[in-house]
Amino acid sequence: MTPLLLAVLLVMQDTSAIDRGVRIGIIYRPGVRPGLVALPRSGGGAGLDSVRAIIARDLDYSDRFEIITLPGGDSIRLSSSTTGTPARGSTSRNGTSRPSSAANSALNYPLYQALGADFALDVTRAGDTTLATLHDIAAASVRRTVRATLPPPTSPDFRLAVHRLGDQVVQAALGVTGIAATRVLFVREGKVYQIDQDGADQKLVSSTNRQAMSPAWAADGRHFAYMEFQAGKGWLYFQEMGTDKRTAVSTTGTALDFTPAFSPDQQTMVFSRATEEGTDLYSINIKNNCCLRRLTVGRFSDNLSPTFSPDGQRIAFVSTRPGLPQVYVMAADGTDQQLFAPFDYGVTGSSNAPEWSPDGQSVAFHRDVAGTLQVFVLDVRTRTVRQLTSVGRNEDPTWAPDSRHLAFVSDRSGYRQLWIIDLDTGRIRPLLQQSGARLPAWSPRLSEASTTTP
Amino acid sequence: MKSVSLLLVLGLSVATVATSCGGKKAPENPVPNVDSAAAADRARQDSIAAAQAEADRLAREEQERLARQREADSLAALSRGAEEVRNMLATMIHFDLDKSNIRSDDMGALDQKVAILQANPDLRIRVGGHCDERGSDEYNLALGNRRAQAAKQYLVAHGIDASRIETQSWGEERPLVDGHDETAWSQNRRAEFEVTSGGDNLRRPS
Repeated sequence: MTPLLLAVLLVMQDTSAIDRGVRIGIIYRPGVRPGLVALPRSGGGAGLDSVRAIIARDLDYSDRFEIITLPGGDSIRLSSSTTGTPARGSTSRNGTSRPSSAANSALNYPLYQALGADFALDVTRAGDTTLATLHDIAAASVRRTVRATLPPPTSPDFRLAVHRLGDQVVQAALGVTGIAATRVLFVREGKVYQIDQDGADQKLVSSTNRQAMSPAWAADGRHFAYMEFQAGKGWLYFQEMGTDKRTAVSTTGTALDFTPAFSPDQQTMVFSRATEEGTDLYSINIKNNCCLRRLTVGRFSDNLSPTFSPDGQRIAFVSTRPGLPQVYVMAADGTDQQLFAPFDYGVTGSSNAPEWSPDGQSVAFHRDVAGTLQVFVLDVRTRTVRQLTSVGRNEDPTWAPDSRHLAFVSDRSGYRQLWIIDLDTGRIRPLLQQSGARLPAWSPRLSEASTTTP
Repeated sequence: MKSVSLLLVLGLSVATVATSCGGKKAPENPVPNVDSAAAADRARQDSIAAAQAEADRLAREEQERLARQREADSLAALSRGAEEVRNMLATMIHFDLDKSNIRSDDMGALDQKVAILQANPDLRIRVGGHCDERGSDEYNLALGNRRAQAAKQYLVAHGIDASRIETQSWGEERPLVDGHDETAWSQNRRAEFEVTSGGDNLRRPS
């Protein structure tokens, strides 16, 4: 313990002064992730332990922090009494004195700072209220305390409520909203399922035994659409989350309708319809369930897989007009159709499954590279593409609401399953360790209103 | 059935012979009785007629049985023919990777279907387009549609009314063969043909 403390004190002298100046006003610096330590604590019961574990994992999965694991857990914390003096000294130098920091005077800020932590998170409980206290280590004070009244762990709303708390911690630390309170829809064995972004709470949402494909979220996070095979046709439905209440989209059932996409204002659904003339894009007013409009006239080419820009002005889609399918873009009314993702004629493989990022800056898709599929990202402004994956077959990318994470299907582990990649750090983690999952669709942030069961 | 009726007939004729013999021996009087002679003669004649009737009936039954057999045989032959026609109709055609054009080695199979559809004007079919697992899941729905349409267009171009042919696409959702190699893929890139109506007693094309 002594050499560690010595090292800690030495490092502390170097870093504290420099970093304090740099960090003022810093929200997030790409490439340099702030260190965060989740304070190991016991007490508060098993419920609180699982709250701590869920939030700690949310912060880890946000990929915005360098998560610092404390060796030996509580021993570090207990040792704070021996090094308590520099911590208090740092507080006074900083000129801050908050009541809450006095309450946490036992926290050894210099020690955590020496360990590389910029933030420390402490989850406690006071009566019915769960408190997530975020300490700013450099400032040696409490940055913010987030309070929540959580449902009991047995409640189906429990995990999402904890995830919201996790997102508020990210917000408090970095001024950006996390992606903890989100879910992914996907298809497995012909049925639609949902799963929390951390891989927990997988749940069937299909309400029939017919084969389904292509789930898509509405912007409110309360509705989703999907395609279902029925009597040789493809039917489009939209369904209320958490219920079996579903509505067939007007005019569906006459042909093979597939790949539904909601406009951001949820007034319009654009989809692919395969007929004798091939496959083309159509739009329908889903608010009044009327007014079918044809957006593309392919004749000898197919047009499919639409995705709206977040401002609702443009639609990226797949067209086979150059021979192989490639990514095109048009105005939302079907005019001004043009190539979107550049390709080399006769060299570049098929490109499919585009999805526009929520920040509007990128379009993710997959492209055939040497006989297998890889995930690519198109930069909308420069219209350049970069390849994101190279291990195994990787397909059907879908954006998290933070526009930096993508869920996709990959067989890199030997069978096809869902993975999540962080574009900023390149970190990849499995979302679901089950084979056969495909066609993922990442939800928007799920607010309280969007998940409360009626 | 046949042996039972034969035994019955034999038993009957034995009984007839017995009664006629008894009838002949019954009178002790040596003087021939014209009446009795006539009766005996009549009885003999009757028994001959009865035997004859029996023989006729047997022949008739045998003939009917043969006719029934012939009918059954020809029906079986007919249904065997229909089965063969149905198989010809259900013969799948296959496609190259990411292609929807009809291959020349499949044209014979499609020509057979044209002939069958022409010989059976009430027959209606559905063409289902399928893909292998290599392409994109959603794109394959469009590709499967192209394949089904290509097969339909071939039939229509050879004189079949378009309204008799439905199409559908299953993309890669219904593989025929599980497996992740070209052997499986090449079998899964296909169009299937199924009867939707008018498929009973299919006539063989002449």
